[in-house]
Amino acid sequence: MRHQIPLIITFVAGITMIVQYFVPHEPFAALSQQFRIWFLIIATFAMILGVGNIIKIHVERISRARPGWGYSVILLAGLATTAISGIGWGIQPGTIFFYLFWNLLIPLGSTMFALLAFFITSAAYRAFRARTAEATLLLAAAIIVMLSRVPVGTYLWDRFPIVGNWIMDYPNTAGQRAIMIGIALGVVSASLRIILGIERTYMGAGK
Amino acid sequence: MSIFERLTRIDRRIIFCTVALAVIIPLLRPIGFPVSVSPSVKKLYDAIEALPPGSRVLMSFDYDPSTMPEVYPMNFSIAKHCFKRGLKVYGMALWATGVSLGQDALEKAAKQYDKAYGVDYINLGFKAGGIVVISAMAENVVETFPEDYAGRSVGQFPVMKGVRNFDDFDLIVDFSAGDPGVIQWIMIAYGRYGKKVGAGCTAVSAPAFYPYLNAGQLVGLLGGMKGAAEYEKLMDYMGTATAGMDAQSVVHALIVFYVLFGNAMYLVERRRSRRNRL
Amino acid sequence: MSTTLGVWIAAFLTLCILSFLYKDNPFYKFAEHLFVGTSAGYWAAYYYHNILKPNLYVPLFKEGKLLYIIPLALGIMMLMRLWPRIGWISRWPLAFIVGTYAGYNLITYLQTNALAQVKATLTPFTDVSRVILFVGVLTGLIYFFFSKEHRGIFGKAARVGIWFLMVAFGASFGYTVMARVSLIIGRMMFLLKDWLGVID
Repeated sequence: MRHQIPLIITFVAGITMIVQYFVPHEPFAALSQQFRIWFLIIATFAMILGVGNIIKIHVERISRARPGWGYSVILLAGLATTAISGIGWGIQPGTIFFYLFWNLLIPLGSTMFALLAFFITSAAYRAFRARTAEATLLLAAAIIVMLSRVPVGTYLWDRFPIVGNWIMDYPNTAGQRAIMIGIALGVVSASLRIILGIERTYMGAGK
Repeated sequence: MSIFERLTRIDRRIIFCTVALAVIIPLLRPIGFPVSVSPSVKKLYDAIEALPPGSRVLMSFDYDPSTMPEVYPMNFSIAKHCFKRGLKVYGMALWATGVSLGQDALEKAAKQYDKAYGVDYINLGFKAGGIVVISAMAENVVETFPEDYAGRSVGQFPVMKGVRNFDDFDLIVDFSAGDPGVIQWIMIAYGRYGKKVGAGCTAVSAPAFYPYLNAGQLVGLLGGMKGAAEYEKLMDYMGTATAGMDAQSVVHALIVFYVLFGNAMYLVERRRSRRNRL
Repeated sequence: MSTTLGVWIAAFLTLCILSFLYKDNPFYKFAEHLFVGTSAGYWAAYYYHNILKPNLYVPLFKEGKLLYIIPLALGIMMLMRLWPRIGWISRWPLAFIVGTYAGYNLITYLQTNALAQVKATLTPFTDVSRVILFVGVLTGLIYFFFSKEHRGIFGKAARVGIWFLMVAFGASFGYTVMARVSLIIGRMMFLLKDWLGVID
C-alpha cells in the first residue's frame, strides 16, 4: 500500500494528462479538467507544507534555545503578523497586509538580490580570466553583450547594438537551443521513467 | 608582493564603493544617453498596436519584489499601452507576489486613461501549479478563477462577460522572473492552443528565451531594465527604466574596465612568471 | 526627505541588508529573518484568499460539490509529511503531483523545446547567419552526446559546439550583470528619490 498505490496514482495521473493532450474530448476533457482543479488545490497544500516546515524548524530552535533563537522569534513574528493580517483583514490596497507588503517585503526582497551587483563585480575583477581560448571567447561575448545592451555602448561605437543583437540572435540562440534540446530529451526520458514506475526516488527513502 | 598581486587582492569593499558611486552619481547628475530600440521589443509593441480596440489581453504577473526594478516598469508600460489602445486587460499570477505588483501597475496605468476596475480591467489573482493552472484556465477561466484577487466573484464584473477560455483572448503577455513563467506559457498557450504570447522577463533569463523568439513561439521579448526602457521610448515617456539607463551604462563600463584591467594584470603576471622560470 | 513612516521603515530595512557589504552583522540577520518570515506569511495569506477559499471551501461547503473531498483529503495527507512517523501518507498526493507534472512535461517539452526547435533550425539557409545557427545547434548537440568518444571529426565538431556554448554562456553572463545592476539601481532610486528626496 505504501508503494503500490502511489505508483498507480502516478501512472493514472500521467497517462490522463498525456491522453487529454491528443484527445481533447469526453470523457478525457472533463476528467483532465477535474484533475487540474484538484492539482492546484493539492499544490497549495504542498506549499502550506513548506510554510509549516519553516514554523516547525524555528519553533524547535526557540524551544531548545539554540544559538540565534532570537532571530527565529523575529521570523515567526513576521510570518504571523503578515499571515494573520492578510487572512483576517484582507489583502486589498489599504489593508495592513498591503502596507506590510510595500514597506517590508519589497525593500527586503529587492535589496537582498541587489547585493549581488556588488559581488558579481568583485568576482568579475578577481576571477574572470582569459586562461584558455574558450574562456577568452566567453569573456569577449560577455563584454560585447554588456556594452551592446546599454546606451554607453552605442556612444562608444554605433555598431555595438547591431553586433550585440546578432550575437544574441545567432550564436547565443544556437548554444541555448542545443542546451534546450538536450534538457528536453532528458525531461522526456525522466518523465517516462516516472510514469512507468521505474524512477521512484521522488517517494523518498523509508518503508 | 608585486603591485599586480596587490591590485588583485584589493579589499573587495573598495570595489563595492566604486560600484555604489557608479550607480549614485549618474542618478544625481543624469548624462542622458539615448536609448536605442531592439527588434525584439519593437515586435511586441507592434503586436499590441495591431490589436483592434476592445481586444482582450491576458497578462500574467509572474515576478516578485526582488526583480521589481526590471519587470515592473515593463508591466506598467505595456498596461499603459493596452489602455491607450482601448484594449481590455485581464491580470493573473502564477507567483503570489506578482498579484500586488501587477495590481499596482494596472491601477496606475488605468488612472492615466480613466479606465475602471471590473469594466476595462480585472486582476484574477494567484493560483499555485504553474503549467497546470494555465491548462485549467485555457479550458475554463471562471472555473479556475471563480473570484478576483480580492475575493469578489468574477461574474459580477462586466469585463468578464463573454470570457470562457483561451479562445477569448487575443494576446497573452507574461511578465516573468523565473519558473513558472515564460516557458510554461509558451508550452501551453502557444504550443497547445496556438495563442500569441509575448514576454517581458528579467535580464538573467532573457538569453535562454531567444530560441523561442527565433522559432516564432514568442511574438516579442523585453529583457531586463533595458527592455523596459526601450518600451518606454516607444511609448514616448520617461519612466523609471529610462531614468536608470545612465547608471546602468556607467556600471557596465566600470565592470568591463575591471574585467579588462584584471586580465591585463593576469597577462603581465603570467609573462613575468614564465620569464622567471626560464 | 520623506515624512512617511512606511518609507522610513523601508529605508531602514534597505540599509540593514546593504550593511552586509561591510560584513555580516545583527542588523543584516534581523532583516534576513524578517524577510523569510514576511514572505512565508504573504504566500500563506494568498493561498487562503486566492485558492483555498474560492477553489475549495466555496465549492465544497457552500455549493455542496462533494467530489472536492478528494483534493481536500489528498491535501491533508500532504501535510502529514510534517510528522515523520506518518509521513509516508504524503506519498499519495505527491504521486498525484509528480504524475501530473510528468505527463505534462513529457508532451510539452518534446513539442516546444525539442521538435519545434529542430524545425526552427532546419529553415532554408538564406544567409550566412542561418548556416551559423544550424552549425551551432548541431555541434552543440554533438558535444552533449556522450555515448560516443569525442575523437576525430566527432571530437572536432564537439569542440566547435563548445565555442557556441561559450558564446551563449558569455551572453548569459552579460545579461546577468545587467540584471543585478538593475536591482541596485532600483534600490538606490528608492533611497535617493522616495526617502531622501534628492532626485526628481
